[in-house]
Amino acid sequence: MTTDDVPVLEARGLVKLFGRVVGLAGVDLALYKGEVLAIIGDNGAGKSTLIKCLSGAMAPDEGEVLIDGSPVQLRGAKEARAAGIETVYQTLAVAPALDIASNLFLAREIRRKGPLGSVLRMLDTGEMKRQAAEHIKRLGISTLQNINQTVETLSGGQRQAVAVARAGAFGGKVVILDEPTAALGVRETGQVLKLIRDLRDHGLGVILISHNMPNVFEVADRIHIQRLGRGVGVITPKSHSMEDAVAIMTGAKTLTAAAAEA
Amino acid sequence: MTTQVGRDPATTAAVEEFLNRPVTVGQRLQQVLHKQPALSPAIVLVLAGIAFSLLSSRFYALTNLSLVLQQVAVVGSIAVGQTLIILTAGIDLSIGAVLVLSSLVMSKIVADQGVPGPIALLTGTAVAILAQTLNGLLVTRIKLPPFIVTLGTLSIFTAITLIYAKGETVQLTGGFLLWTANSVSVGNLQITVGVFLMIVLYAAFGFALRYTAWGRHVYAVGDDAEAARLAGIQVNRVLLSAYMAAGIAIAVGAWILVGRVGGGDPNSGVNANLQSITAVVIGGTSLFGGRGRVLGTLIGALIVQVFVNGLALAGYDPNYQVLAVGILVIAAVSVDQWIRSVKV
Repeated sequence: MTTDDVPVLEARGLVKLFGRVVGLAGVDLALYKGEVLAIIGDNGAGKSTLIKCLSGAMAPDEGEVLIDGSPVQLRGAKEARAAGIETVYQTLAVAPALDIASNLFLAREIRRKGPLGSVLRMLDTGEMKRQAAEHIKRLGISTLQNINQTVETLSGGQRQAVAVARAGAFGGKVVILDEPTAALGVRETGQVLKLIRDLRDHGLGVILISHNMPNVFEVADRIHIQRLGRGVGVITPKSHSMEDAVAIMTGAKTLTAAAAEA
Repeated sequence: MTTQVGRDPATTAAVEEFLNRPVTVGQRLQQVLHKQPALSPAIVLVLAGIAFSLLSSRFYALTNLSLVLQQVAVVGSIAVGQTLIILTAGIDLSIGAVLVLSSLVMSKIVADQGVPGPIALLTGTAVAILAQTLNGLLVTRIKLPPFIVTLGTLSIFTAITLIYAKGETVQLTGGFLLWTANSVSVGNLQITVGVFLMIVLYAAFGFALRYTAWGRHVYAVGDDAEAARLAGIQVNRVLLSAYMAAGIAIAVGAWILVGRVGGGDPNSGVNANLQSITAVVIGGTSLFGGRGRVLGTLIGALIVQVFVNGLALAGYDPNYQVLAVGILVIAAVSVDQWIRSVKV
């Protein structure tokens, strides 16, 4: 794990209320370059709310989000993306009828140079296909073979790969993945985990939200545990066992008790 | 063009075998039609042309083909707008009412107030875009289903038209607005300015849908609006722009309509609503959004007109024309379902 002094993405004291229901009750979180930080927690622990605040899909009531040490106000996915935060949602945000290249460039299409592009707003499809192929190759995604294929003809794992490729392809700093393996088979899950490691090895910060403990312990460098809207601790796969993680997550143990036992 | 991005060596042999598996003629046809959505309506159009020329020798007379084109120009134009809205997974039941309102405003301000033709055209265009903006705002801001919105505005726009017209038709004797009815001879083929305008409309919207980011966003929003939003597309803006752009297509249709009826008639174009939807559906555009081409719509509009014209020439009762169009719609959607079930 390479840790710089300044986290690439940091949250301080995030609070989010839904009426009288507490979504987040003052959560701190720090993600460094080149690491995979997993976020685990039971249903209703505030995982989704937390990543929505980090990805700009939701504004926290209190607290601040910092990118490279400076506070930012993220209003919407587009602003977060401009700041270098890419999110792969559980409901894959892909357009089934469009091909892979078009999906990679969805909402950031490249226009042709000259009057064809500036006046007629014509797209440079050739350039987009070339770059898409390059990105996919660079990220080492072997499961996508023909970038002219429409996304509806792809399997679940391949669609996930398209979504992940889009997140990792554009020089972002942080990739947030929400339950990326939930709907996948064993082989496809393996491919996605490999992708996550590839992103990390390219120096990106990766946040992984997952219910799947073996997956989490396989790829995560650190694990942030949420419980009832609070961050109850950060562990590593080396310092704690899976049983400890589940016990802390469900409140059967506290972080200190688990540490004392170990 | 296929771009290979590396293959998993372990699966290559099996993959090649699967890709080279024997396919039946039916499956191959299905695959080709799946790739080229405008092809199946084109085949129907050609077959219909052959059938009707066998039924009546007058069908292929150039004067008759010119007539078919003239008859298709109004519905063909507004069907461009209808395609756009259906691509966003919407539907516009008010499109015919907006057409009539726009055409009536154009011709009536020329006849009553003596407004110059080009300014009347711009005013009528503004009315059409404004009406469609209202539809778009109701869909995007108040989040009403497009079917309900346009069912309501259909009545509203029809009523406004009748109130404004006071039940009278407007007759124009000449001038700029009737220019669309002028024809240009290409050999023996008489093509009106209106037909040319319609073709320009198809070319412009075909280009915008296929080659601009806006076009892709229209498809993406129609396919899955939530996914499009998460990808960073401003869904409401795309939806509103689709309704407003449809207003431009309607205005062109209104101008052609003024030329065809020689003025404004509050009772003209009553069937244009459903005819435009029929053209879109026969043209292979999915009512669920995200799939289809404007070229298909043009062919769809032509198919309907060829059937109506061909059956009339062959001496069939007009009721059979209505019957034929109904059967066509059902057949088109059935074929479409079969093509969609393709295994690529």
